[in-house]
Amino acid sequence: MQPESMYQQIILDHYRNPHHKGLREPFDTEVHHVNPVCGDEMTLRVTLKDVDGEPVVEDISYDALGCSISQASASVMSDLVIGRPVAEAMTISQAFLGLMQSKGEGSPDEGLLEDAVAFAGVSKYPARIKCALLGWMAWKDATAKALEVGR
Amino acid sequence: MNTFPGHLDVEMIRADFPVLARTVRNGNPLVYLDSGATSQKPVQVLDAERSFYELHNSAAHRGTHLLGEEATDVYEGARAKVAAFIGADVGEVVFTKNATEAINLVAYAMSNATVTGGSSRFRVLPGDEILITEMEHHANLVPWQQLCERTGATLRWLSVTPDGRLELDDLDRMITGRTKLVAVTHQSNVTGTIPPVTDIARAAHEKGALVLADAAQSVPHQPVDVAALGADFLAFSGHKMLGPYGIGVLFGRADLLEAMPPLLTGGSMIEVVRMEGSTFLPPPQRFEPGVPAVAEAAGLGAAVDYLSGLGMSAVAAHEESLTAHALDALREINGVRILGPDTTKDRGGAVAFEVEGVHPHDVGQVLDELGVAVRTGHHCAWPLHRALGVQASTRATFYVYNTHAEVEALADGIRYAQRFFGARQ
Repeated sequence: MQPESMYQQIILDHYRNPHHKGLREPFDTEVHHVNPVCGDEMTLRVTLKDVDGEPVVEDISYDALGCSISQASASVMSDLVIGRPVAEAMTISQAFLGLMQSKGEGSPDEGLLEDAVAFAGVSKYPARIKCALLGWMAWKDATAKALEVGR
Repeated sequence: MNTFPGHLDVEMIRADFPVLARTVRNGNPLVYLDSGATSQKPVQVLDAERSFYELHNSAAHRGTHLLGEEATDVYEGARAKVAAFIGADVGEVVFTKNATEAINLVAYAMSNATVTGGSSRFRVLPGDEILITEMEHHANLVPWQQLCERTGATLRWLSVTPDGRLELDDLDRMITGRTKLVAVTHQSNVTGTIPPVTDIARAAHEKGALVLADAAQSVPHQPVDVAALGADFLAFSGHKMLGPYGIGVLFGRADLLEAMPPLLTGGSMIEVVRMEGSTFLPPPQRFEPGVPAVAEAAGLGAAVDYLSGLGMSAVAAHEESLTAHALDALREINGVRILGPDTTKDRGGAVAFEVEGVHPHDVGQVLDELGVAVRTGHHCAWPLHRALGVQASTRATFYVYNTHAEVEALADGIRYAQRFFGARQ
């Protein structure tokens, strides 16, 4: 029995004590994403600020119903993304997507992904990849909308 | 196959299912508790398909050659077996792709009859009503929503009680003179609830409404006789009853099928085709366009033979005993809540539950590591989950090859998941 191969301690820690959870105001945009397979839901808000002409993620807040993987992934995502320039955060997001599509064969860039490398094991379980991506996809969507509004 | 009528020799049955001998994650034996999604297939079914392809492969209902005749015999022979299995006449059995298509066939027949001025039994006008229930699988829900959207009819539904039964107190009020059709499950794929379809059908018929029963979870698991049941239509899938994918059944009362326009049109279902217009064959051929799935029909026929050999009463008794065991075992685990009836009365072998503090996906994942295959999520019954106040659930379903030791493996796995995630026990 080795559920630990998927459920790394970091994931369980974030699941039990999620960071940045709860919906906060003010915010620029809010999105609601659903995983139609299981009905997991996530409402996510993004606030951007302008720093020297470059958009930066000022805050992400979210409320979610979901499994340990989707909850922990949203928590790790918020840690990684808050305070970063959007362009940098998008690079991390792409790297995480790549890791999820690696079928367990990826060698993640720990410098870039930090705690998110703990999800490498999830990529071996196709049914769970959507769980790990739920928060990231919601963030990307909300950010794209916020950039559009700001334009 | 079965030496003791009325009692299943599960070890002997298991030997017919090659997949049950394999190991899964971490070298564990497979504990397959997901037959509600799809059943495993015995060698008899696999052999029937293979031998059709090896010896008789040809297009049924065409050609003047020997193989063509044999293919037709195989296909029509399977129809006769299915008809006998549910107490129907041969002409009342329409082969479809699956239960979903069978239900859509009726919904679109009603649509088409409305557009083309077909039989008034099937025409649906604004203000008419379709009555369904909150308990339905999406396959017996979305097609009726869509029919109402296309026709301007009103969709109404019976609600679900907190213990997962249908709220029938106001049945007489819910079925009105405008109700065209009542669609109801014959066994819930989530809670296992077996609604009183016969009573519902009687009430519907008194008001002149048609009745369709979703039998995807009942025909595989209990004796079903269409005459006794009283529904006008019955839909079920081959792959949930030991048969192959890609073949399902619509039973329809002969006089109704006769009055129904087709869903799909093309070859095999026509009588005469002219450039100006075409006429169609009588049922069931009217509803089976294209070259039929003969190998799949052969497999389904073999599955029906297999189940008949076991005896459907014995199948139901075996599942009732496993279900009773599962309900007892799960009740004993603190923090586990069973969805739906907590006794086996009017209840089949689908046991859905939630584990406090552990999301169903996580329960399922840990069970999978132990080799126990269950379903997690909303099981294509989202409104039912909402009605029962849960977002998603874990579901174990039982069949002829499951054992009491496997029920124990499920309970042990749930306890392991609780410990692993530090949930309250």
